[in-house]
Amino acid sequence: MRYLPLTADDRADMMKTIGAKSVDDFYGDVPASARLNGPVPGLPNFQGELEVERHMAKLSKKNRAASDGPFFVGCGAYKHHIPASVDHIIQRSEFLTTYTPYQPEIAQGTLQTMFEFQTQVAALTGMEVANASMYDGSTACAEAAVMACRVTKRNTVVLSGGLHPHYADTTRTLCEAAGIKVIQLAPAIDGELELSKAVDDTVACVIGQTPNVFGTVTDLTPVGDAAHAKGALLVTVFTEIVSLGLMKTPGEMGADIAVGEGQSIGVPLGFGGPYVGLFTCKSKFMRQMPGRLCGETVDADGKRGFVLTLSTREQHIRRDKATSNICTNSGLCMLAFTAHMTLLGDKGLTQLATLNHEAACDLADALDGVKGVKVLTSRYFNEIAFETSKPADQVLAALEKHDVIGGVRASRLFPGAGMDNVIVAAATECATAEDIAAYAQAIAKVL
Amino acid sequence: MTMNSTGRPTSITANGGAGTDMTVSGSKGLLQAEGLIFEIGSTDKTGVDLPKPKGAKSRLGGVTRSTSSGLPGLTEPEAVRHYVRLSQRNYAIDLGLFPLGSCTMKHNPRLNEKVARLPGFADVHPMQPQSTVQGALEVIEELADWLMKLTNMPAVAMTPKAGAHGELAGMLAIRAALIARGEGEKRKRVLVPVSAHGTNPATAAQCGFIIDEINAAPDGRVDLEDLKSKLVDSSDVAGIMLTNPNTCGLFERDIKEIADIIHAAGGYFYCDGANFNAIVGRVRPGDLGVDAMHINLHKTFSTPHGGGGPGSGPTVLSAALAPYAPVPFITKTADGLRFVEHHDEAPNSFGRMCAFHGQMGMFTRALAYILSHGADGLKQVAEDAVLNANYILARLKPLMSPAFEGYCMHEALFSDAFLKDTGVETIDIAKGLIDEGYHPMTMYFPLVVHGAMLIEPTETESKAELDRFCDALASIARRAVQKDPSLKTAPHLAPARRLDETRAARSPRLKWTPETPTMKAAE
Repeated sequence: MRYLPLTADDRADMMKTIGAKSVDDFYGDVPASARLNGPVPGLPNFQGELEVERHMAKLSKKNRAASDGPFFVGCGAYKHHIPASVDHIIQRSEFLTTYTPYQPEIAQGTLQTMFEFQTQVAALTGMEVANASMYDGSTACAEAAVMACRVTKRNTVVLSGGLHPHYADTTRTLCEAAGIKVIQLAPAIDGELELSKAVDDTVACVIGQTPNVFGTVTDLTPVGDAAHAKGALLVTVFTEIVSLGLMKTPGEMGADIAVGEGQSIGVPLGFGGPYVGLFTCKSKFMRQMPGRLCGETVDADGKRGFVLTLSTREQHIRRDKATSNICTNSGLCMLAFTAHMTLLGDKGLTQLATLNHEAACDLADALDGVKGVKVLTSRYFNEIAFETSKPADQVLAALEKHDVIGGVRASRLFPGAGMDNVIVAAATECATAEDIAAYAQAIAKVL
Repeated sequence: MTMNSTGRPTSITANGGAGTDMTVSGSKGLLQAEGLIFEIGSTDKTGVDLPKPKGAKSRLGGVTRSTSSGLPGLTEPEAVRHYVRLSQRNYAIDLGLFPLGSCTMKHNPRLNEKVARLPGFADVHPMQPQSTVQGALEVIEELADWLMKLTNMPAVAMTPKAGAHGELAGMLAIRAALIARGEGEKRKRVLVPVSAHGTNPATAAQCGFIIDEINAAPDGRVDLEDLKSKLVDSSDVAGIMLTNPNTCGLFERDIKEIADIIHAAGGYFYCDGANFNAIVGRVRPGDLGVDAMHINLHKTFSTPHGGGGPGSGPTVLSAALAPYAPVPFITKTADGLRFVEHHDEAPNSFGRMCAFHGQMGMFTRALAYILSHGADGLKQVAEDAVLNANYILARLKPLMSPAFEGYCMHEALFSDAFLKDTGVETIDIAKGLIDEGYHPMTMYFPLVVHGAMLIEPTETESKAELDRFCDALASIARRAVQKDPSLKTAPHLAPARRLDETRAARSPRLKWTPETPTMKAAE
């Protein structure tokens, strides 16, 4: 077995040192009825690298990769180019194969990248503090709802009709278990401002998304004003972090907590995970945050260094009184994010965001010119919703035959909401003019 | 050929131990000094060359940033150097034995990294048509099949994103099952041993349960009498959360009896599978009466820890809990595999735990690991992991204080009894190990052992590596007994000295800000 260094002689020697006869001696506490005579039945034995690679490659070839042709799927995960150096950096043994930096003297590499990440995320969102990552955007959203209830000592949260339905469902799961009431507004392509009407003085927070799951961009400032007037918090959600290269930030909108998905910077699509949840808030709520935080300090020689800090919020210290049960977060994806963001810088990010926006504008124009298509989003970043004259599931299946992966049908997001003819499509810097033209031509044939 | 050594000194003379204060650059030989990106980068720089935008009119509706992020960029050579320099300040499995107890820091096979990066896995979107991702669904199904067979459990929830998230899946399933029985309001008490990892009580609390702690017996297992006393009136008991093998590195020998009395009391048995590596391929938790158990793919199945994640925590479920599993899950249809994504198709499900379908990038890695080992190799994994831990226990027994009598499972636990009256504490032993070139063991956990030192070598260490580690730790133990004062200030040879954690927490500085003259004066 290529991964097991002990030889038969080693094992025998070690047994002698221990004074045991057989490895069975170590398993003496296992109840007799649970003992097996040999390996677990019904499973094959070990295989060489070649065989395993062949099997995995065969499975991978049954999937259509985003880069294989025109591709316009978004809805919370986005196809972006990742510089080659990012993957090189995250495969450095010292980052890839290390643990949570609980021993700061030999983890300054990870800790400094965390500190840089927190600074970058705070600057991007215009928020005062950011943590060192959550599992993903949806779980960050759920934690934000629970945190808002802790801060306000209230027990109701309101979700917009444009919040990604997976985020809404994840939030409902966590809230229901914690005894928090969740009010969800009806799905709406351009309805984020409806949150203002839903807030009263029992509401802990309103949660709005921009750009929302249909791609609509909204200035949530008035929602924040309405929430604050009732003593509630504004939580803003983003699923496309690249949008913040151009868009008004959560901080500028008066968000108390801003959360979202960081996948677009540095993390491949990977069929939905692992991703990197971003969690930010105002400084005054810092001690109510979930997850790990890295802080600056000095070592015994007075030199600058970094440590995990404010851990009295966390489960390993506070146990059942912790702000969250989260332990392992998304360390390596955080590193990918911060490395890619460092390569971009503000200059690169602004340019990338502009290219994304222009691609979506081109896509909207190309589709709008097709008979049977009506673009529904009026303000957008890199994603649009449009209506087709035929049911969306048929349209997308027919597009697939033309090798165009055309987006997500709204009925998959919101079944039974009467949106059977609506498609949500994203265009990033990866969508070429040829891809967009191919989409328009194919959909013209399909409709 | 002989080397001309004329005038070349061959031994270190004065200033042999010079620190960084001796160098102008601040570097220490191979260890390069490195600032923060905010100090070395600039907003004028970027490491990407993108096409020039056309200058089209914005359709953002005026919702635009009023100020720039101000974030600096670096060119590629500068960025690569920045991160490589930082990486050299980290310890890693690839550098040496990483004996963190209950963390299972084993070798991460590179084949797994390779297969995870195949475009058919890395470059597929979670919401693209399911007909175009049948291979991805097959990976999930194949891994799920292995996990169910290895545990002898009838169902598995694949979406949980880490161990604690898997605990949440299990406890939410228990909550849903109790509600379905009409006992959701009544049964709120969850029994948790004091030795449990902090995530257990935190998870139960997050689900609205009340924690009732069970004591440890003198032999490091659950105190069965204490457990029984908590069940005299069991009408409010939801279940128990028990780690097996437990955090003391011991197999809970009464586990079947515990399962039986919990079930008789009307509760469910959540097993924390963090230590599955000790029994994988040898003992099936389903044969022990558990109702739910999460499996840390980043422990037992070798997906890299990555400096704190990402993890993955598939959670196996008994027949009693399976109906309440989270969405999405995969179902077989005439047209192939398909996700059940919505509540209306799975009315008993407790709901969704995250966007999309779980940690696919960890599934591909874990499946490659499992196929590489097979049923026979996985059994050997557990046996070698347990053998290695017992070898460390045997070798260090004469110098340190084993917390409990007898053999251990995959990790050896010591108390600080041998440090009595030396002035040296557990943390000093840990920091001393750093100077010897090792990551410290888990310290001060579990809470039931004073000054605990928990050592888990894993199966991927050779005997030579184990001996080298034992020699190093034995020498530190001897120095401790001799009251060597240098241990109190260790580490001396690491990239950083001991860090002031109190200062970090007292006035938190969680992001970089440009230094102002007033801040300088205050320093």
